[in-house]
Amino acid sequence: MRGSLWQLGQSITRRLASGDKKAVAHRYFATEAELKKTALYDFHVANGGKMVPFAGWSMPIQYKDSIMDSTLNCRENGSLFDVSHMCGLSLKGKDAIPFLEKLVIADVAGLAPGTGTLTVFTNEKGGAIDDSVITKVKDDHIYLVVNAGCRDKDLAHIEAHMKAFKAKGGDVSWHIHDERSLLALQGPLAAPVLQHLTKEDLSKLYFGEFCMLDIHGSHCFLTRTGYTGEDGFEISVPSEKALDLAKAILEKSEGKIRLTGLGARDSLRLEAGLCLYGNDMEQHTTPIEAGLTWAVGKRRRAEGGFLGAEVILKQIQEGPPIRRVGFFSTGPPPRSHSEIQDEQGNNIGEVTSGGFSPCLKKNIAMGYVKSGLHKAGTNVKIVIRGKPNEGVVTKMPFVPTKYYKPS
Amino acid sequence: MASRLLLASRAASYLRISVSHRGFATVLKDLKYLDSHEWVKVDGNSATVGITDHAQDHLGDVVYVEMPEVGASVTQGQSFGAVESVKATSDVNSPVSGKVVEINEKLESSPALVNSSPYENGWMIKVEMSDSGELNKLMGSDQYSKFCEEEDSKH
Repeated sequence: MRGSLWQLGQSITRRLASGDKKAVAHRYFATEAELKKTALYDFHVANGGKMVPFAGWSMPIQYKDSIMDSTLNCRENGSLFDVSHMCGLSLKGKDAIPFLEKLVIADVAGLAPGTGTLTVFTNEKGGAIDDSVITKVKDDHIYLVVNAGCRDKDLAHIEAHMKAFKAKGGDVSWHIHDERSLLALQGPLAAPVLQHLTKEDLSKLYFGEFCMLDIHGSHCFLTRTGYTGEDGFEISVPSEKALDLAKAILEKSEGKIRLTGLGARDSLRLEAGLCLYGNDMEQHTTPIEAGLTWAVGKRRRAEGGFLGAEVILKQIQEGPPIRRVGFFSTGPPPRSHSEIQDEQGNNIGEVTSGGFSPCLKKNIAMGYVKSGLHKAGTNVKIVIRGKPNEGVVTKMPFVPTKYYKPS
Repeated sequence: MASRLLLASRAASYLRISVSHRGFATVLKDLKYLDSHEWVKVDGNSATVGITDHAQDHLGDVVYVEMPEVGASVTQGQSFGAVESVKATSDVNSPVSGKVVEINEKLESSPALVNSSPYENGWMIKVEMSDSGELNKLMGSDQYSKFCEEEDSKH
């Protein structure tokens, strides 16, 4: 899904200037029929969702609010996103942890039950197959969510390794949660609103923690996490109850929490400095280059034992050749693939995500530059439509994150 | 408001219900339109160019407008600049050929004028036309309204 979201936007608007309209229309028509729909599809349409193809699904890119307003409202009040296109998965069995540890960089064994972390599935070369939030429910049950665009690839990868693992007598099996829908509730009103719908004390559930509980009469998996930089939750709910729950959340917020589409979701995650797999991380990027060294567990650094560990551990020691950094810039907003140059005009890298920040009212971007030129304050040029524009390497997140952590 | 109507009409066209497009994306009578959603207003040999209400509505919040320099030449149907929204980048094509004699400098600091006033304060360039005969190749308002309707119904 390279450049997925921006390409999506571009394919919509480039169409405005397209010379070959019939071909474009035909392509849209051909794919639309095959697109998967979430349990909330009709609800999106009824609420004015502009539905677009995304990773094989028909998803709302925005509703009636502009992307700018939606982004601001998430940080001021809150947002409800349908992220049911993402793939929830449970790994079960007494060897589930050693099995998963072969495939990811996290110290899964070291996680306390009911806690989770962002991790990366790696290949033999240390490159990223996908990023994923994984949770240790208990010692013999791991719950994880992988990207919609990577679903087939990830499942094939896990399945192949599972087969080999089981052949050697390992005890692990999986369940793909296609019977469930996933809602992301984000922003300052997320916790107070959700508290109205459950008896569990949410003030005791901190960032990265997980529990199974009753929400609005349904058995849900609740993770205090998200993709916006705000406090919030991802709620896995039985699909037949998803609509009820979405309506209840919106109602309890008295209209302050708004349905929010993929467009604002992308602005929010960019402001929070979070990677979009396919843009900011790919098969050939290592987690170290992507700035996720912190996600390699301490024990894993000492022991290795995951795919590509040699490359990754060497990069931790010697430093990676390129690094993901953030930028502020002037001129037109940088987009994925904009060239980055040093002040002398030499190529030093490429933008992987960029746009106008609705909260900061200026251009933000992330991309990869050669090590040595990655320090905050380094002046760069970002080339857009052939013209260099002033940019400066900037620490991320661009907008301070507000994760709910014990004080 | 315009976008709400647009969506209503789109839903209607999806359901194969015919709806009147009056009051949906505004189309002005005395302008001419290019099929890539730019308008031109002609006054003698001078032509003022911008993007239509329909185009700004599809683009969403405009955050940057890239324009040519005064004196640059533009060609009918060819890109002379770009409009960047939060969502995406779109080329802007010139409905007429000629020389750029003025650009709307206000768009530098207030690109959102393209959204709030696409036909007035959000104009982009003024062109001294080299061939007024080209105007015959452009759409009138009725034809353009119909064109937008057909394009939206494909979604």
